[in-house]
Amino acid sequence: MSERSIRGKVAVAGVGETTYYKRGQSPDAEFLLGLKAIVAACDDAGISPKEIDGFCSFADDRNDPSRLSAALGIKEMNLSSMQWGGGGGGAAGVLQNGAAAIAAGYADVVVCYRALAQGQFGRYGQGPQVPYIQGERAFTSPYGLMSPAQMFAMKVVRFMHEHGIKQEALRALSMASYHHAQNNPRAVMNGKPLTEEKYDNSRWIVEPFHLFDCCMENDGAAAILLVSAERAKDIKQKPAYILGAAHGSGYRAAAPVHNSGDYPSSNFSTVAPHLYRQAQITPEDIDVAQIYENFTGGVLMTMIEHGLCKPEEANDFFQLDNLIAQGGKLPLNTSGGNLAECYMHGLGLQIEAIRQLRGQSTNQVKDAKIALAAAGPMVSPVSTIIYGTEDTL
Amino acid sequence: MTNALPGTSPEKLVFPDQSPDTTYQDFLRNNQFCIQHCNECQNFLFYPRLCCPHCSSVDLEWREASGKGTVYAVSIVRQRPEKGGDHNVVLVDLDEGPRLMSRVDGIPNEDVKIGMKVKASISVNTDEDGDTRMVVFREA
Ligand SMILES: [Zn+2]
Repeated sequence: MSERSIRGKVAVAGVGETTYYKRGQSPDAEFLLGLKAIVAACDDAGISPKEIDGFCSFADDRNDPSRLSAALGIKEMNLSSMQWGGGGGGAAGVLQNGAAAIAAGYADVVVCYRALAQGQFGRYGQGPQVPYIQGERAFTSPYGLMSPAQMFAMKVVRFMHEHGIKQEALRALSMASYHHAQNNPRAVMNGKPLTEEKYDNSRWIVEPFHLFDCCMENDGAAAILLVSAERAKDIKQKPAYILGAAHGSGYRAAAPVHNSGDYPSSNFSTVAPHLYRQAQITPEDIDVAQIYENFTGGVLMTMIEHGLCKPEEANDFFQLDNLIAQGGKLPLNTSGGNLAECYMHGLGLQIEAIRQLRGQSTNQVKDAKIALAAAGPMVSPVSTIIYGTEDTL
Repeated sequence: MTNALPGTSPEKLVFPDQSPDTTYQDFLRNNQFCIQHCNECQNFLFYPRLCCPHCSSVDLEWREASGKGTVYAVSIVRQRPEKGGDHNVVLVDLDEGPRLMSRVDGIPNEDVKIGMKVKASISVNTDEDGDTRMVVFREA
């Protein structure tokens, strides 16, 4: 790879979110949710929605940029880009694509967005309901593997087996998200604290995942507005700069029927080195991490593959006290994340990383200057952004 | 101009006249658990394929598997009794090399462990659509 880097060239100008609802509870249509989040991000930045000239989304978002442009009164659309991959693997890649377009001069004000109204369009967490099976599923469905939780469980089992990692590590990850949600009024699980007993007694979904190891499904929308570093000097908010951005996966990472060579993996092992090279930092420099929880086991592997913890130290490291904003070694998922704030396909975690660098989190990490936000463990491609404050440039 | 894949000489570029998935099922119906062998690089393959994932050769031959393997990963899918109840699912590394998904019958789910030696058999499920057959394992 080249020495070219996005470092410091693009900044987050604004972030916007709708109210987060339980699945199927949104009073608004998905398209309206998307518009509301985009307008909120523009208000946050102090930039008119009419100035947006680029749209980036991911996970096959249904809200077409041409329609959004018309609704927002945008005179000129100069960029429309979709990050490949299902699941939330694109929640950082979407920002990488937007940042690249700004650095290349394709667009000046790019909005990265995701809107979900599952009541309107049907749900994610269940396996597809079809009258016949073919392809990969012909070799998995007969053995009762249908849902995403079931598909990912054995990667985590194998990873935990190879490194001697205990169930308590997963419990700590779940509890960190629920702990932070109690201070976050936006969080769907605000007011619903989780204890060790409640976790241990919760039903198994598929081993090693209890109910509280699995993300929620929600309705809502989130948007992030990107501008060039020059433009960022004039915005309302303290800018968060992109220091590094990477997406991808290794050889045959998406091989069907659980056939990938590096099976017990979150698929970040090839991605993380590019990220640190661009950002010109090491894992020790990260002040706060936001890691996509589809399932807690994915967070575990993601953190290890980003060098934030050594596998042999995992049982000591993954303890609640180490993971909380109030004095933890590496505060994690400080909004409540996908488990307890909202599952907006991981874009909420990117927004929380930005909030931390602005000093606006409801679980503020003292003097946070560098934040890492990773998306979509165990799918392909996966993606990560490292953000930094102006001091880090 | 040739459309030969890397590692495949053009005269060997002969694709079978039916899907390898169908051939696999045909063998199961004949009570044989067969997997493909690559005559170019000598690796065994699973799931059924048109060309070798190791060397891209299409010179593949069906051979009966020993059925011997080792549990690589295991999980227990938890379900309400009316939906079929709890069941285990495993990835088994066959002695020939390939990895396949299956389940281990004959012992409690909790007793299926990584590293356990297992032996394949063919399970027959009969419903209104007729017989379907699948490879399952028992502790060896
Ligand atoms: Zn071969």
